[in-house]
Amino acid sequence: MKRVFALLALVGAVAFGAPAWAEEKVAAPAASAVVAGSTAPATAVVALVEAGAPGEAAAAPAPVPNKGDTAWIMVCAALVILMSIPGLALFYGGLVRTKNMLSVLMQVFTIFSLITVLWVVYGYSAAFTEGSAFFGTLDKLFLKGITPESVGATFSKGVVIPELAFVIFQGAFAAITCGLIVGAFAERAKFSAILVFMVIWFTLSYIPMAHMVWYWAGPDAYTDAAAAEAAGATAGFLFQKGALDFAGGTVVHINAAIAGLVGAYMVGKRTGLGNVAMAPHSLTFTMIGASLLWFGWFGFNAGSALEASGGAALAMVNTWVATAAAALSWLFAEWMIKGKPSMLGAASGAVAGLVAITPAAGFVGVMGGIVIGLLAGVVCLWGVNGLKKLLGADDSLDVFGIHGVGGILGAILTGVFVDPALGGTGVYDYVANSVGEFNMGAQVISQLWGVGTVVVWSGVVSIVAFKLVDIVIGLRVPEEEEREGLDLTSHGETAYHH
Amino acid sequence: MKFVTAIIKPFKLDEVREALSAIGVQGVTVTEVKGFGRQKGHTELYRGAEYVVDFLPKVKVEAAVKADQIDQVIEAIEKSASTGKIGDGKIFVFDLEQVIRIRTGETGTDAL
Repeated sequence: MKRVFALLALVGAVAFGAPAWAEEKVAAPAASAVVAGSTAPATAVVALVEAGAPGEAAAAPAPVPNKGDTAWIMVCAALVILMSIPGLALFYGGLVRTKNMLSVLMQVFTIFSLITVLWVVYGYSAAFTEGSAFFGTLDKLFLKGITPESVGATFSKGVVIPELAFVIFQGAFAAITCGLIVGAFAERAKFSAILVFMVIWFTLSYIPMAHMVWYWAGPDAYTDAAAAEAAGATAGFLFQKGALDFAGGTVVHINAAIAGLVGAYMVGKRTGLGNVAMAPHSLTFTMIGASLLWFGWFGFNAGSALEASGGAALAMVNTWVATAAAALSWLFAEWMIKGKPSMLGAASGAVAGLVAITPAAGFVGVMGGIVIGLLAGVVCLWGVNGLKKLLGADDSLDVFGIHGVGGILGAILTGVFVDPALGGTGVYDYVANSVGEFNMGAQVISQLWGVGTVVVWSGVVSIVAFKLVDIVIGLRVPEEEEREGLDLTSHGETAYHH
Repeated sequence: MKFVTAIIKPFKLDEVREALSAIGVQGVTVTEVKGFGRQKGHTELYRGAEYVVDFLPKVKVEAAVKADQIDQVIEAIEKSASTGKIGDGKIFVFDLEQVIRIRTGETGTDAL
């Protein structure tokens, strides 16, 4: 246990003792609207408007959050939390053997709690304040300066939401992302090792990816071409590259999937793989979990519009339809290839569809969403069969096959189906205040930048973090404990008495 | 006295119980068991992983009966548990030395 604390202290030193992030902060005239923490309502937004266009600014009244938007984002935050606990926990729990059920539930539950605390301590600040293109700053450590009156930007000019609602909404994303990873090395990893890994990975991979993709100064900064350029320079690295990620295909799914794949390689295969039956112990729980994921995902995707708007409704319909299409395409493909349509196939297909539509939800038309869903079902079926064999890692619950493959597919197809000619919304130009001209080739390249960056970044961070944890506390439980089951040996209890 | 152990298909349990009651068997003990015989197992498929399940679920019915009743008991089980398809199970018959009713201390056929 001492070693665990030593490592935690080390991580703390890296996370907190990094004034370099703060120093990198560009002294831009435009304060960030997303991060507008202030004691007076929305002063930062006003300051920003003044900086951009001194002539008109004086007359602009400070925007006040709309109660509908506020209510929507808070409900969505709770829905995203429902995805982690119990949704994801049950989805994963049903897929392991009886003797490891509680270990999976515990890992997801504990990671959710751990990341929640870290998020308000330093995560939110490091992800959503203006810093470099890769990290924010520690200016809002412990949510310093954020009051019930603080507001953050949305995607519409002059529309704001309470910053605290944004804090919990984004915090729920961070928590589920870390929870997703455990499926890849379920049934053999050491509990303490998982927790320490999560602290490191959350700090050095989740936070920077969220900053790179989502941090920007907010639409109000984009008053004219010059102001837009200045504001654009303060945005995250991938935001500047023009990569579209509506609700976190790169930040959440590819990011977690790469960490999971690296983990599956580094933790090693389960003892007895190939000789011992490792069939799921309760597909009933898996179906309940998948359904809760689907339900919660409405908050995840439609909430990412940050407003209770038509855009949110589009994201919601896509999340509904693409998922159904993916469940159908997976189970029909399975029916044709393997002879029987399975419940696990339908549930897996639905999750694959949810993953793939995530980056696209608010950008593509409903027909585009159906195509993304149909493709996600069959491509991810390959991900858990052919590709899994090629990779050779024991990714126990197919985190990479579904979240990685589905995430990459969705990220790329977002660049295709956002095209207004294919029913998409196009890319909004906040200077012209209209949808800009669309270039599919350029957009797909931007999307590939997003995919490439997250694969490399998460890959490197994961390798270093797993190696470090392996040296200090060891990644897996002894073989005897693995055979007996983690419920009893790691947690001292059993899921079922029968 | 004879002791009968029958391995049957699980869904045949109710019919077997009724048939035994009808010929006056006073009590049976039932256990859910797994095993294999001539009936082959099946394959289960979970995403990319395939598992051959060799042991199939069966129900084991045990009853202690009077020696002169045994032919009737065998016939009742045979008839009620049969589907004519492979995997219908087997009946084993043993000689039974002694039976004691714990509550009263009765022994032998009185305890059946």
